[in-house]
Amino acid sequence: MEIIEFVQLAFSDYTLRTITLGTAVLGAVTGMLGSFAVLRKESLLGDAISHAALPGIAIAFLITGSKDSHILLIGALVSGLIGTLWIRGITSKTYLKSDTALGLILSLFFGFGMLLLTYIQKQPNANQAGLDKYLFGQAATLVESDVWLMTLITGLCLIVLLLFWKEFKILLFDKDYAQTLGFNTKFIDILITSFIVLAIVLGLQTVGVVLMSAMLLAPAAAARQWTNSLGKMVFLAAILGASAGVFGTAISATQNNLSTGPVIVLVASIFVLFSFIFSPKRGLLFKRIRLIKNRNDLETQKTLAFMYHIVEDHDDVTHPHTIKMLNNFQGYSRKGLRKLVDKNYVEVEGGMWSMTSKGFKAAENLYNQNGKNV
Amino acid sequence: MSDAQFEIQLIACLVAVACAIPGTFLVLRKMAMISDAISHSILPGIVVGFFLTQDLNSPLLILLAAITGVLTVVFVEKIQQTKLVKEDTAIGLVFPALFSIGVILIAKFANDVHLDVDAVLLGELAFTPFDRVYYGEVDLGPKSLWVIGSILLVTLILLFAFFKELKLSTFDAGLATSLGFSPVILHYGLMSVASITTVGAFDAVGAILVVALMIAPAASAYLLTTNLKKMIGLACFFGVLSAISGYWIANFLDASIAGSITTMLGIVFLIIYLFAPSKGLIAVLYREKQQRIEVSLITFLLHLKNHTEKRERHVNHLNEHINWQKVRSKTVLTLALKNNMILITDNIVSLTKKGEEFTSKAIEYILTNEDSLIENMKDDFFLFRG
Repeated sequence: MEIIEFVQLAFSDYTLRTITLGTAVLGAVTGMLGSFAVLRKESLLGDAISHAALPGIAIAFLITGSKDSHILLIGALVSGLIGTLWIRGITSKTYLKSDTALGLILSLFFGFGMLLLTYIQKQPNANQAGLDKYLFGQAATLVESDVWLMTLITGLCLIVLLLFWKEFKILLFDKDYAQTLGFNTKFIDILITSFIVLAIVLGLQTVGVVLMSAMLLAPAAAARQWTNSLGKMVFLAAILGASAGVFGTAISATQNNLSTGPVIVLVASIFVLFSFIFSPKRGLLFKRIRLIKNRNDLETQKTLAFMYHIVEDHDDVTHPHTIKMLNNFQGYSRKGLRKLVDKNYVEVEGGMWSMTSKGFKAAENLYNQNGKNV
Repeated sequence: MSDAQFEIQLIACLVAVACAIPGTFLVLRKMAMISDAISHSILPGIVVGFFLTQDLNSPLLILLAAITGVLTVVFVEKIQQTKLVKEDTAIGLVFPALFSIGVILIAKFANDVHLDVDAVLLGELAFTPFDRVYYGEVDLGPKSLWVIGSILLVTLILLFAFFKELKLSTFDAGLATSLGFSPVILHYGLMSVASITTVGAFDAVGAILVVALMIAPAASAYLLTTNLKKMIGLACFFGVLSAISGYWIANFLDASIAGSITTMLGIVFLIIYLFAPSKGLIAVLYREKQQRIEVSLITFLLHLKNHTEKRERHVNHLNEHINWQKVRSKTVLTLALKNNMILITDNIVSLTKKGEEFTSKAIEYILTNEDSLIENMKDDFFLFRG
């Protein structure tokens, strides 16, 4: 299937349209909430919660006997919340660190979930096929009602975000200050955490337990590189998440044997990599360029200062000197000298250089500034 | 108990011990989540190794996968060094990407061979006795037993050889470096052992159980002791205990052995988390309550010392002035009485001689603000604690 065909099908074919819309909405909501998780330094909470949701799914199935994804999601939500609260309990009341608490809840809940799933499998009457789709996710099983549910929750999440925007923001950056201002930090904390849990649980069916954490983190981590404003970051993360969903679905639909979840995660990872390298302010490439530029500037200034020291005792500052006396140690390079000439600080004739009065003044100020700094 | 059952339990116990040892250090070094990352990101290594060797137990495959595990750690550290994101975000970015590559590789190229993601993540202990090693005609036992046995042996040798170095660099990295132990070598050594153990164990017990076996016993032991040797010993004990009991529960329920061992680990941790003598939840909550009451008591005694007029020392006044609820003021009063710190005559409270002495010392403590003083003081003066 070609890309153009995909675009056509995305509008006409029911299944493909549902999946594309579903992954896009999912990407948007996880991107939005992921921004908060990343900034709160709770990046791995997503990983823990998605694993902790598994026993909830199994128990919901054991109790109701229904495979309706909405009922199972409620089970997942409850057990995800219990997991989160227990993590909080472990880190606040014992000496165990947060990483241990996360790893504990993650593996213990997941193992318990596996026990339940295999137990269900052995039950004679249980028609459990399809429960394990939550392990690795199957976007293909999305139906229209799932997408509606996702859209509904995304809308709800947007409303809550807008309503509590300033509370969320202040809690994020200065919790103590929020407390002194009289905000109920516990309530806000639980509110935002519940929404994060909700978003993760929503994604389980699509990308699965293991990859859910990346859906939460990657768009936010990528968006973080482009802006320092929370609002812009949340917006950008939502867009990046949605486009990762759409591109991932497109790629996996045009290839044989490619499950959607991993492809979406890889697309999101590529976004992160791209942002790490090419973001103008924080990106590695521009940082490197700035570093080299600064180093060159410093070297040129060193040369200028050296020249200044030579000519400052002369009556005529423009008296020419030989270029050969400049060397590497004073930061001399041909490029640097050319730069000085371009700035009209120095004139070069043959093998000799002479300082202009403009250059002398500049060097004098340079020296003074340095003197002040020392 | 049949031979197969015995072999399964033996393998489970060996895995438990092999995981508990590196796990203890991971928990102490606050790197528990790294084990989760490694357990997922070895997948592409396993897949590539499987293409090359066509054997899930071959040493080459284990080596390749372990290298992927160490690579994960390197990637995480590289991303961290850029300071673009925090450490935990770096972990969360690296392992899903590698895991995705693994899943895609399997789906694309290994669809029809014996290797699927379920097997890697969940493992199946029950099948391990069927894959045996033969020397000529002689049956040498299950392959997994050999694999995990040799990994455990190497781990033990390394542990005994480098115990002092590991201990030092775990608790005081600065001192270790200044004494000339390279923290980098120790760090990557530990990471390599953790990776190799994860890879060696995944076939038998699955990647998730490996994480549980590394973290849960160590975390349980951490709540019980402050001695490294005891912690390692306890962690191994909890691991083996959960492995054996988990096996029999799985046998009874006819469910996944890995899942049931993890559940046992969870139950062991839950019990210790609640009831550990000084670090458990109940002990902590009890201590917090005790300290709250004792702080109230000191406040109350200070108040008495500062006021000679009767109005300020009336029992009812406590409720108004210090704004305590009835129950709380009653607890404080009873505690003070029991400890012979106060006398109550006609509802007027006055300090006894012992109370005076305690209060003066308490003021000294408040002025110098040395936390160590107060607990000794309480021990000296209190007959009954709050």
